[in-house]
Amino acid sequence: MTESLKISGVSDTPLGLQRTDFISDQEVRWCPGCGDYSILFQVQSVLPKLNIPRENLVFVSGIGCSSRFPYYMNTYGFHTIHGRAPSFATGIKAANPDLSVWLVTGDGDGLSIGGNHFIHVMRRNLDVNVLMFNNRIYGLTKGQYSPTSEFGKKTKSSPMGSIERPINPLCMAIASEATFVARSIDVDTKHLAATIERAARHKGVSFVEIYQNCNIFNDGAYKPISEKEVRAENMLYLEHGQPMIFGKDRNKGIRLNGMKPEVVTIGENGITADDLLVHDELATDPTLAYLLTQMEFPTFPVPMGVFRNVVKPTFEQLLADQIESAQSAKGKGNLEKLLNAGDTWVVE
Amino acid sequence: MSSSAILGNVEDKVQEIESVTIRFAGDSGDGMQLTGTQFTNTAALLGNDISTFPDFPAEIRAPAGSLPGVSGFQVNFSSLDIRTPGDEPDVLVAMNPAALKVNLPDLHDGGLLLVNENEFIKANLDKAGYKSNPLTDGTLAGYRLISIPITDLTFNALTEVEMTKRNKERCKNFFALGIVFALFDRPLEPTYKWIDAKFGNKPEVADANRRVLKAGFDYADTTEIFTTHYRVRKANLAPGKYRKITGNEAAAIGFVAAAEVAGQPLFYGSYPITPASDILHELSKLKNFGIKTFQAEDEIAAMGATIGASFAGHIGLTGTSGPGVCLKSEAIGLAVITELPVVIVNVQRGGPSTGLPTKTEQADLLQVLYGRNGECPVAVVAPATPGDCFGMAVEAVRLAVQFMTPVFYLSDGYIANGAEPWRIPQIDELPKIDIKYHTEREGFLPYKRNEETLARPWAIPGTPGLEHRIGGIEKQNNTGNVSYDPANHDFMVRTRAEKIARIANFIPELEVEGPPEGDLLVIGWGGTYGAITTAGEELRKMGHSVATTHLRYLNPFPRNLGDVIKRYKRVAVAELNLGQLCMLIRSRFLVDAVSVNKVAGKPFKISELVTRFKELL
Repeated sequence: MTESLKISGVSDTPLGLQRTDFISDQEVRWCPGCGDYSILFQVQSVLPKLNIPRENLVFVSGIGCSSRFPYYMNTYGFHTIHGRAPSFATGIKAANPDLSVWLVTGDGDGLSIGGNHFIHVMRRNLDVNVLMFNNRIYGLTKGQYSPTSEFGKKTKSSPMGSIERPINPLCMAIASEATFVARSIDVDTKHLAATIERAARHKGVSFVEIYQNCNIFNDGAYKPISEKEVRAENMLYLEHGQPMIFGKDRNKGIRLNGMKPEVVTIGENGITADDLLVHDELATDPTLAYLLTQMEFPTFPVPMGVFRNVVKPTFEQLLADQIESAQSAKGKGNLEKLLNAGDTWVVE
Repeated sequence: MSSSAILGNVEDKVQEIESVTIRFAGDSGDGMQLTGTQFTNTAALLGNDISTFPDFPAEIRAPAGSLPGVSGFQVNFSSLDIRTPGDEPDVLVAMNPAALKVNLPDLHDGGLLLVNENEFIKANLDKAGYKSNPLTDGTLAGYRLISIPITDLTFNALTEVEMTKRNKERCKNFFALGIVFALFDRPLEPTYKWIDAKFGNKPEVADANRRVLKAGFDYADTTEIFTTHYRVRKANLAPGKYRKITGNEAAAIGFVAAAEVAGQPLFYGSYPITPASDILHELSKLKNFGIKTFQAEDEIAAMGATIGASFAGHIGLTGTSGPGVCLKSEAIGLAVITELPVVIVNVQRGGPSTGLPTKTEQADLLQVLYGRNGECPVAVVAPATPGDCFGMAVEAVRLAVQFMTPVFYLSDGYIANGAEPWRIPQIDELPKIDIKYHTEREGFLPYKRNEETLARPWAIPGTPGLEHRIGGIEKQNNTGNVSYDPANHDFMVRTRAEKIARIANFIPELEVEGPPEGDLLVIGWGGTYGAITTAGEELRKMGHSVATTHLRYLNPFPRNLGDVIKRYKRVAVAELNLGQLCMLIRSRFLVDAVSVNKVAGKPFKISELVTRFKELL
């Protein structure tokens, strides 16, 4: 499992850090009731478990509500420009692979203005943890439709309804060769904390889409699936090696019918748990993970958890390897030789 | 001076001359850049002063034989100290009718014209727009035409060689080179050496090229097509060890040198763009120096990664051209407000927009100074010659890390691709670059400044106890926390400007060439140095009171610039744009400076500057 690989920045001796050690002296300025508070709390709760000293942590963000995140973390932080955080993170990791680098972004920052960088940071397999707060709306600019807003969504900038179809972030991550792809939701704090921790322990790029409620401009976007009483019916918790079962009574499941998944009921028409699709997050082939990203509410329960989790060499490791191999082949660079390279002549 | 000797009918077998300008021109697939480079290398090794001007189309292979597909390489080699590739070629080698058509207007009256007559067939003449054959219709009466069936002779030289016709034909540029070597009494050994190194694993190709080069040389020698051969003696360069270098090569190794003397690793984040890509290529080869090169997904990412690397303690460097600077601008603003040291190389080309990608221009000065939102000051330096690209690279890094600021490095296509002899410096001649990362926890504040330079501390992630957050929102003085306070914003804007202004105390004063006071001062910057300086010398030889000065530091200006300007009756600013530096000088010093400019995608000629400066006297 990838979790056994040593993650960046970890101390060998127990640090005894607490959640409160990661709270900065800056006042948190999200709207009261915003889903971001929950995510901040969970990240600050997970970090002590990782045993990474504060100085080895860097939170990098772009622009948007979510991107204020680094100011509230008592670690190193860089609040950069709109959509470009992955590029800054690339430079930071290239310069110092021992840092634990976290990217905090949103659906607008990460998929609209930063769509290009999103693709490339995934395929680069930079060892960073990407947390995308997806509230399906522009919050900081006060309520325009985002690249994940539903088709037909009426907003300030789309009074007659959005005429663009939404992007599926997980599908994009998988198409971009991301090595760890997961989804969670702000209100399911236990699942969120566990997912963030698993993302942090993955060596390579980790992408977590976090369904996050914007209670001002898009309140209740995830209510149909996230309300406590319907959650069990409308969410499918993915577990590696386990059949895909969901429902209040744990009697519904996902079966593969040809190339298509379908919802079935255990005990009906002779269906047993053995007929169900078994989750394999370690599959090197991304087909299953892709299939899961296509399961959308209300036809399907929304899959939550780790979709894909594979190991590939990281960008910064390959970069360091090339330097090492160049040095062992040619010897360490000698400036004198470099200046005097090629044909030279002497003027007396 | 020069070349007039070539133009007359001199009876002596070997004639000594001071300077010659040759232009090799042909189709972009004809290998003209290579031919010119080989001639240049030999001239440099023989101790001539040299200056080159490669001029090629943006298209990799425009339709063969077409006018847009013409590629040229001009080299001036001399026994004197020269600074430009020459105004007008004395010798033009034209490998096809299109090359003749494009380049003939530049050839010196009576100049020597060497053409490949095999290419002057109807189809090619049509493509070049010739209604009749210029070789026979009298068009070339004013030149010394030497018409040679170069393609046929190349095939003849290779009759015994097993090779496709196409590959044989590709050797014809070396036949032309052999002829020119014979004309100027040059040895073939340096080119043989290059051929062997280049085609080491393809001995048949190496053999063919050697044969053709020798055949061209022997042909010229035995057929006595030239009644006279010319010799250009060694130049009196300052003592030292030399190599030939282009501006982009010099910049690349300059940045490596800066990182070496600073003792910190270099990070180069870049996106391919003409004419800056060679810096990426050069640095990518030097991984054994610990250099991390990153070809980003776009210009913005290249800038972002460079700033990120700088935040983490590397020497952050990016390279691009004008269109790339447009895209990088927002990120550069972030580097200004977060006060991180980065160097941005802009190898300028013709604009606006995609403009003239392979042609030179200096029209990005105002862009780099003012092309960002808000009050966003950066330092700007500009190398003056190909060799100077080395020293100014070291300077750019020195200023960036000492003042914790972005520094623009304004090169241009002309010096980036042009070559000259470069005296190789000793390592101990290089300026010291002192990098100290902040480590002291006691009293640490991310924006607490050095009193002298106003630089903030460089506190890099991984340093215990210095955890802090930076970003693009206005900073509170000292703490660096987010602040919307009006008085604080006013203070920070003025402080960032003052920090850049104080760099003037840490750069050399401006020097002039020519009289310390007088009738006319010509101010230049960047790659126009050679033409402006030589024009000034020529005017002084004519008895005029003209001085020239060249700005290597454009923001801030050298501290004595205002005093220098006051010592002359008139001030002119010569540049390849519509008067950008001139506007700055006028507004800063309230002087009635005159703009001498041209925006043709071509460098200044010495003669045109002489004429225009004379009008100001």
